[in-house]
Amino acid sequence: MTLNVSDLRIARGGLPVLEGISFVLKPGAALILRGPNGIGKTTLLRCIAGLQPALSGQITGGEEQIAYAAHSDGLKPALTVTENLRFWADVFGTRSIKHALEAFDLTTLRDRPAGALSAGQKRRLGLSRMLVTGRAIWVMDEPTVSLDQSSVALFAAAVRAHLGAGGSALIATHIDLGLEAEILDVGPYKAAPLAFDDFDGGFL
Amino acid sequence: MSIWEYANPRKFLHSSERVMPYLWVSSGVLMAVGLIWGFFFTPDDYRQGSTVKIIFLHVPAALMAINAWFMMLVASLIWVIRRHHVSALAAKAAAPVGIVMTLIALATGAIWGQPMWGTWWAWDPRLTSFLVLFLFYLGYIALWEAIDNPDTAADLTAILCLVGTVFAVLSRYAVNFWNQGLHQGASLSLDEKENVADAFSNPLYVCMVGFGLFFLAMVFYRTGTEIRARRIKALLARQRQEA
Amino acid sequence: MIALLLRDLRLAVRAGGGFGLGLAFFLIVTVMVPFSVGPESELLARIAPGVLWLGALLSCLLSLDRLLALDWEDGSLDLLATAPLPLEAVVSIKALAHWITTGLPLVLAAPVLGILLNLPLEGFRWVVISLFLGTPALSVIGTFGAALTVGLKRGGLLLSLLVMPLYVPTLIFGAEVARRGAMGMGVETPVLMLAGISAAVIALMPFASAAVLRINLR
Repeated sequence: MTLNVSDLRIARGGLPVLEGISFVLKPGAALILRGPNGIGKTTLLRCIAGLQPALSGQITGGEEQIAYAAHSDGLKPALTVTENLRFWADVFGTRSIKHALEAFDLTTLRDRPAGALSAGQKRRLGLSRMLVTGRAIWVMDEPTVSLDQSSVALFAAAVRAHLGAGGSALIATHIDLGLEAEILDVGPYKAAPLAFDDFDGGFL
Repeated sequence: MSIWEYANPRKFLHSSERVMPYLWVSSGVLMAVGLIWGFFFTPDDYRQGSTVKIIFLHVPAALMAINAWFMMLVASLIWVIRRHHVSALAAKAAAPVGIVMTLIALATGAIWGQPMWGTWWAWDPRLTSFLVLFLFYLGYIALWEAIDNPDTAADLTAILCLVGTVFAVLSRYAVNFWNQGLHQGASLSLDEKENVADAFSNPLYVCMVGFGLFFLAMVFYRTGTEIRARRIKALLARQRQEA
Repeated sequence: MIALLLRDLRLAVRAGGGFGLGLAFFLIVTVMVPFSVGPESELLARIAPGVLWLGALLSCLLSLDRLLALDWEDGSLDLLATAPLPLEAVVSIKALAHWITTGLPLVLAAPVLGILLNLPLEGFRWVVISLFLGTPALSVIGTFGAALTVGLKRGGLLLSLLVMPLYVPTLIFGAEVARRGAMGMGVETPVLMLAGISAAVIALMPFASAAVLRINLR
């Protein structure tokens, strides 16, 4: 379950944004992505999650192993906290949602409709989804947005527990989570513009 | 040398610009000859009088309306399989030409139908099928216009073209079945094959070839425009990225 | 898969889910018809099967733009695409949920509205049968249209423009069954054609819808 990324080149809206990205994510390890806004962190994570194809390079070891958390949480405001979480547990074929509720301190909110939660509470619910996927590699895009300090601590604890259980995590964030993690600054990997004399010359 | 070399935009532009003058001139000459021959040097039909001569516009336009869609289908397939941008842009370029041909066929059909059938429009299977084809063109063009990212637009319209073709053929049979049911029968339908006498067929063939070459020239011309527009868009995006 | 179906059904009946709106629209369209063509009962009886079919088609169309757009906006579609469910299954289930919440109620309501339109007695059976066979095709084809336009801000009108031509064969055969049935004519051929279209569309269309959705998620 080692995620292996080698010489990845990715594009957003037809324009190459990052190239030469290589890393290995072993079980029990975490990797933090850093880099200025708009450099292509989200695009990189979407590529790794399998949502969009890379221009070139290889991603191996991630098949059916990745749980992805995007900017938006995919919550249904009309469903309660339990129903939202139960749905994802069913989709991923796991049973229990109790530990996820507890890990993110959602037990007292369990019967509230997700639409009535605050932004931070929604985020916690979205993150607790990672626990019910039962997948080993967490790929997360800015998970701490709109979380307060105590919630960030809850999240860091959840990630630490996940790593301790042999999972791994790839997180794009600017906050120091207090994890023993490698840091990959993608800034230097900014892609050079395409050469003009490509086959589809100047077409992107 | 492989035919796929022409999928390079630069090579395509270069070659198409060389053949286009010949295409414009030959299609213009053929269309003029065919139409003048057809309009002024053929006898009046004993039953339909001189109104029959609209056939020289109607039939070639109808022919090109269908063939334009067929060309788009082939170009879409090439894009889906080999991902040559020129192919996708050629499909995009052909659609407006196709829809105009469909409109010409429908309009001349109505003008022909008025004196013949006493009505501008009848829900004849053939007419109805062309109306449905017109709707398919409309949807295809609208989808191209609606999507910003050119590659996404090419992919989505290609799939719409493939799916649409299946449904267009299905509609053709459905419409045939539907009109047999209760509406007027063969008295109002036209079977061109049986109607056309030799005196008409020769200028008709000239017109058909003329229309075909004209379509080809239009598609080359419009594809060139699309390629340039695409390149401008790409350069602007590149500039934004570097800024 | 059942979880997704249950979730969609639950969402439809919860507040703001829009369940029943399609049905109400069907009712209102049917009621408007006599106002526009006149109350003459013979005329109404003759056009009743076609009106019911057109009403059903329009109600189906109306609810399509929410089918995938809501999941797209709140990010569930991204997450579903990374889940163990294949997208083909996701779009099939979505179409099924749409049929259960929109198509099936229309089938059940059609006979009641048939009374309003003075539908001949023999017609009731065939109107219901044709709608029952045809509405699943409408939902599945509509899902394809919804997948095509999912990323667009104002996709609703475009969606109708794209989907309507694809509805032509289903509408023709479906309405033909209902019309012939109401006139006491043989319906075997159109029934078989309608069922054939539905079966083929249910079997093949999800692949096209999923392919389109993948492109849009990119």
